[in-house]
Amino acid sequence: MSRELDFLSNYVVSGKLSRRDFLGRAAALGVSATMANSLISTAARAQGPIKGGTLKAGMVGGEATNSLDPASWQSQVPYKFGRMWGEQLVEVSPTGELEMKLAEEVSASDDAKVWTFKIRKGVQFHNGKELTPDDVVATLERHSNADSKSGALGLMGEIDTIKADGGNVVISLKEADADLPFLMTDYHLMIQPNGGKDNPGEGIGTGPYKVAENQPGVRHVGQRFDGYWNKDGIGHADTIEIIVINDATARTAALQGGQVDMINRVEPKIVELVKRAPGVTIRNVSGKGHYVFIAHCNTAPFDNNDLRLALKYAMDREELIQKILMGYGTVGNDTPINAAYPLFTQLEQRKFDPEKAAEHYKKSGHTGSVLLRTSDVAFPGAVDAAQLYQQSCAKAGIKVEIKREPGDGYWSEVWNKQPFSTSYWGGRPTQNQMFTTAYYSKADWNDTRWLREDFDKLLIQGRAELDTAKRVEIYKTMNEMLRDEGGVITPMFNDFIDATGKRVAGWENDPNGELMGGYALAKCWIAA
Amino acid sequence: MNSPVLKLIAQRVALGILLLLAVSVLIFAGTQILPGDVAQSILGQSATPVALENLRRDLGLDQPAYVRYFSWLGGVLTGDLGTSLATRQDITTTLMPRLWNTLFLAFWAAIVSVPLAIILGLLAVRYRNGPIDKLISGFALASTSLPEFFIGYLLILFFAVQLQWFPSISTIYDGMPFLTKLNAIVLPATVLVLVVLAHMMRMTRAAILNVMQSAYVETAELKGVSQFDIIRKHAFPNAVAPIINVVMLNLAFLIVGVVVVEVIFVYPGMGQYLVDHVAKRDVPVVQAVGLIFAAVYIGLNIVADVAGILTNPRLRHPK
Repeated sequence: MSRELDFLSNYVVSGKLSRRDFLGRAAALGVSATMANSLISTAARAQGPIKGGTLKAGMVGGEATNSLDPASWQSQVPYKFGRMWGEQLVEVSPTGELEMKLAEEVSASDDAKVWTFKIRKGVQFHNGKELTPDDVVATLERHSNADSKSGALGLMGEIDTIKADGGNVVISLKEADADLPFLMTDYHLMIQPNGGKDNPGEGIGTGPYKVAENQPGVRHVGQRFDGYWNKDGIGHADTIEIIVINDATARTAALQGGQVDMINRVEPKIVELVKRAPGVTIRNVSGKGHYVFIAHCNTAPFDNNDLRLALKYAMDREELIQKILMGYGTVGNDTPINAAYPLFTQLEQRKFDPEKAAEHYKKSGHTGSVLLRTSDVAFPGAVDAAQLYQQSCAKAGIKVEIKREPGDGYWSEVWNKQPFSTSYWGGRPTQNQMFTTAYYSKADWNDTRWLREDFDKLLIQGRAELDTAKRVEIYKTMNEMLRDEGGVITPMFNDFIDATGKRVAGWENDPNGELMGGYALAKCWIAA
Repeated sequence: MNSPVLKLIAQRVALGILLLLAVSVLIFAGTQILPGDVAQSILGQSATPVALENLRRDLGLDQPAYVRYFSWLGGVLTGDLGTSLATRQDITTTLMPRLWNTLFLAFWAAIVSVPLAIILGLLAVRYRNGPIDKLISGFALASTSLPEFFIGYLLILFFAVQLQWFPSISTIYDGMPFLTKLNAIVLPATVLVLVVLAHMMRMTRAAILNVMQSAYVETAELKGVSQFDIIRKHAFPNAVAPIINVVMLNLAFLIVGVVVVEVIFVYPGMGQYLVDHVAKRDVPVVQAVGLIFAAVYIGLNIVADVAGILTNPRLRHPK
């Protein structure tokens, strides 16, 4: 059977058989559509990338206010376009390992305090200038300087000095950090000539595509850069184009009408409909982003761990995944970490248990209702999720009152200010980074007010530890602490759901973000 | 042309300018009382206190409001709309292409809808209360009653997804061939035509019917003038003023009221541009766009007024 399928899938790739017919024949052989589709893409990859043509993506997350300055990026389109024209020193691969980009080699001192990045030689910027270690130093300086408005500023605080040393860049840290290379994968840290200090928004980088057209909020076009150092690796299409389509229906229609080859963020509720459209393939991958209900551990009544546990046991995770994500998600375990992270240990899964919730609620001695603030902007379906939660809490005898806040100002007035609210976290490359960003007692965004010296100590210990087995153990303990005592209720991790049209070949799922972590336009090619 | 008419026109224009000044004060005051903080909105959820403070200082948000109003007004009068807070780009240069796009779409929608509405209105009067009149009115009312996003999605479903005659996204850009541009805006322009058609058509019909009651129309009928000639020679010229009024109102709508259509068809016009900047609290852009919208509205109304004066002999030759 598999031989016949192989034969048929090669037929599809070479255009002798339509995808539809193939799926029909595969179904006759008892193979599911998903499986059959992945067979086609495997066959396409085996044939090797085809150069040429124009690949187009229709994306949500672009505004007229976007700029090419990497320090300013915070929505999808500018940073995905940035992936096309810029590069960092290193990147996280689809399997979670460190992938070398503009650095050729990374090494650390024994105490993990001094890091040496060997800079790749012979790399050209789009303006013809050759990449030097000084450009790297200038870039990192621009993002870490105290006057910086960069979104990466928070990451760079631990850095003491950055120096060029021959062909290397040496970074010394105030505190040890075994994950420093992962910090350098941040998408703001695109290496620019002289660090972009002269003209931050000029869009000159070392990436596979040159900026050919940049109309913020409308469209961005890249032309293949002939001097690109990794030409055989990525950058197959001659031209890539991102069209900003913020309206979900318009995005789907553009894909169906063949005006774009791929779209991001297909809404879970319409996935089943989109799936049925001819030539369209749904690409979903479970990522690190998660929806959270956050309680401040230092504010009454949430300073009582029994109340927090009651609220955790009263969460019906399966129901939320089915009703809010239409099944396109995985259950969370009241920590921000899931299997998509390196060094992950599966802890015992907390389940919906109204009796236990009632027990802990009784123990907490709390009376009256609990006020939960939410808004549509917290995450898609947040208000509905809050109402479902209200129902499941009621089963445990806990009264939850919901206050719907305006979306405008939710992030400045409610999140990280009010004691109990709904929110969303995109993932970070490593557990250390996720904890440092949101669960370290000194973090600006410690949105559960998790102030625990023992946790901080483990965090710092984990950073300095270069022995993997020991680090796994440390992170396991930290996750257990959060699950059993923390203020975060994590009902679910949402999938990234993209869709591609019939011309796209070479797709690989990448848990690092939408559209293959932003690399889809450079890594995919147009099927013959 | 004699001087009383010129004087009347000059009065209208002066009034318009005064009105525009008043609007500029309103716009400025309105943007000042918007809740939230510009720096916070620019940096979003990932803002750190240090980055916030740096940005606020850079933006000069510490000066008093009236100082900022007069420096803004001075800039506008000399053609400088200021710099966008979010992108740090000159507003005039980023806004102009958007304005042209909006005018481009509005122009083609108007070219189709205005003559069509008037002709349909005339036909409806000629065959009033008959099946043709009912058909025209019914169709126009139905298209007006449906929300524009619904019409838009219907057109996309049939003409873009199923038949694939026209593109569903109307992104136009510099250097796009003219015919491709026209092809790209067929669907949004059709939606706009359907939305504004009924109002103009009904108004034309009502205005002409009103005149048809007059004694001189009856005289013309008794003379034996044909129905079409009565409408064309006697009724229409006397009904022109209200028709121009409603046409101008709809033209203004085509320019300032098309945000929803722009979003559905991903058309890079002023509406989408304004929404993006409002979301970022980009006050200078919001002020600039607000002022342009106000100017369009006031300008078109002045045109309607002046046309009303010119077509009305009583106003043209005041005693």
